[in-house]
Amino acid sequence: MTSIPLVALVGNPNAGKSALFNALTGARQKIGNYPGVTVERHAGRLALPDGRPVELIDLPGAYSLDPSSPDEEVTRDVVTGAQAGERLPDALVVVVDAANLENHLRFTLQLIALGLPVVVALNMVDLARRDGLEIDPVALARELGVPVVPTVAVRRRGIAELKDAIGGKVTGANLREIQAGRGDGDEFDFTLDARRARAIARRAIVSETPARKFNQRIDAVALHPFFGPLLLAGLLFVMFQAVFAWSEAPMGWIEAAQGWLTSGADGTLADGYFKSFLIDGVINGVGSVLVFLPQILILFFFILLLEATGYMTRAAFLMDRLMARFGLSGSSFIPLLSSFACAIPGIMATRTIADPKDRLTTILIAPLMTCSARLPVYAIIIAAFIPNNSIGPGIGLQGVVLFALYIAGIVGAMGAAFVLRRTVAKGSSASFIMEMPKYQLPMLRDLVLGLWQRAWIFLKRAGTIIFVTTIALWALLSFPQAPEDSPLSQTEYSIAGRVADGLHVVMAPIGFNEEISLALIPAMAAREVAVSALATTYSIDESDEVQAEQSLTQQLQSRWTLPTALAFLAWFVFAPQCLSTIAVTRRETNSWRWPGFMLLYLFVLAYLAAGATYWTAVALGL
Amino acid sequence: MILVSLDDLPLRQSALIAAINWSALSPADAKRLRELGFDEGVTVKPLHRAPFGRDPIACKVGRMTIAVRRAHASAIEVEVPVS
Repeated sequence: MTSIPLVALVGNPNAGKSALFNALTGARQKIGNYPGVTVERHAGRLALPDGRPVELIDLPGAYSLDPSSPDEEVTRDVVTGAQAGERLPDALVVVVDAANLENHLRFTLQLIALGLPVVVALNMVDLARRDGLEIDPVALARELGVPVVPTVAVRRRGIAELKDAIGGKVTGANLREIQAGRGDGDEFDFTLDARRARAIARRAIVSETPARKFNQRIDAVALHPFFGPLLLAGLLFVMFQAVFAWSEAPMGWIEAAQGWLTSGADGTLADGYFKSFLIDGVINGVGSVLVFLPQILILFFFILLLEATGYMTRAAFLMDRLMARFGLSGSSFIPLLSSFACAIPGIMATRTIADPKDRLTTILIAPLMTCSARLPVYAIIIAAFIPNNSIGPGIGLQGVVLFALYIAGIVGAMGAAFVLRRTVAKGSSASFIMEMPKYQLPMLRDLVLGLWQRAWIFLKRAGTIIFVTTIALWALLSFPQAPEDSPLSQTEYSIAGRVADGLHVVMAPIGFNEEISLALIPAMAAREVAVSALATTYSIDESDEVQAEQSLTQQLQSRWTLPTALAFLAWFVFAPQCLSTIAVTRRETNSWRWPGFMLLYLFVLAYLAAGATYWTAVALGL
Repeated sequence: MILVSLDDLPLRQSALIAAINWSALSPADAKRLRELGFDEGVTVKPLHRAPFGRDPIACKVGRMTIAVRRAHASAIEVEVPVS
């Protein structure tokens, strides 16, 4: 057992906990999972002023010790020492929003009553001042009986003082002597605690001048019955255009690096399996996916930005009524928007939805949101088959096609929700109660840290799942070696080619060629693998030196028809081609029933959509 | 003093919560409303109504802005001072 003191950050949602965690630990963070649940465990190290190290964990935001979600359950279990795989913290740092003292103090009182040493971080004092609120930390400390440190986490203010206060709570003397006083939340009288909290807040607030209505002024536009929806639609459109426009240059650099590596390996290595493995499998396979990292990061940047500024809940508010028509609520909007980056965090974010049927429906339709793993697939097909024409100032045809694919996913999802809520997920209509946090200018540093974590997860995926499946596919495609005089190409002759033959029987009617049937198999691991699988297939088939230098785009243009390309796009709008999503659905719904159902209905939809697209395109003579 | 339901309170009109009909709300909704500071004697002010059906409503409750559906608002009775 380690002797490093463990300190937990606890607080209400929107108290600025994560920013404080970043300010205290810097970039030295480790993200893991609590055993048995999908709740993320964020841990980091900080050094006290006297040099002693402390392990800090950032607990999920909670409103009370009476949990209504798996996240809140973890928070309660950690602070009461009941969480498997986590020791009882030596001290708590309770993060309180200064501008929301009354409400956050109620949870603080519950936490203090547990009996663990507590330091209160009176956070966002700058925003409170902006609202005309002056708080006396000394009076608050006296009322609560614990140290109170004013902080502005996003501006890194009060951090040294907070470290001092933490140091005072984790001295050797009091370590391991304290036992949690009260074990569960049931004993608390909620209303009594709330009223006590309000009384304490009244005594700690020194002055209150009429607020400068900063939030109201923004909300007057953002929540305006006409301009609000217009602004939301505009923001989303800019976001998707930016994904294409801003990523051009960095994608070029990655492609250049890939080319440089290929020619380097080509010049120095002797011909043979190892060279083929390195160039076709490793460099081209992994590189063809890595090149989409800039687009994925731009998308995550926008989502992190919308969340950090506080706009995301406004979007949920605007969307609630519309979503209600499909049996959902505005609460589903945030998980679904996150699903545009990746369905996995999206499905995990459904935990904030209280109603089980509402939550189940959101989980089942989350894979229909166009996740970033589809971008590589869409991007390569669009680049190859849709002309790069401008159809208006700043609006490109390629961007519009991409936008249309996103819309197709959304329309499909809403249609599915409508049907699911009337059949398998029938229940009382969904509810919507949501806190709308204050607007905030996010710190670039916090955004960069968030992006870095996403990038790291993506690179780890590229480095493991994609790498392994690409290698396995390379092997399946390279063996057995086709004899010189074989009428079949290497791909057709290989093990993979023979497997694809079987699948092709099913896929041929919807316009899929053999290479697509083949690429769909490894793409079950992750959608973006479809691109690297096609790249690997074509680069293995090319014995001719000249043709080998053709890009994947040129290969596709010469081998696919437009109807096939469009059918392929339609397939990827619906197909559940991602094992991680299936696995997380299994964990979140606690049975194989729902992930099984998800696989089935999405494959049926994908087949029908791809078929309809192909037949229509052929009939139109495209 | 006159009593009206929160759903009928005009925008930007402050009022005190007089009574909440907890039994008209689902237990989960009631819990969340309590956690977000809804209680008798608390000041409430509707600020915005969403487009499409004027539902949900964004209300100032204490110092927080909370979005609730009209169904919740109609279970909350508020006191308006008569001017």
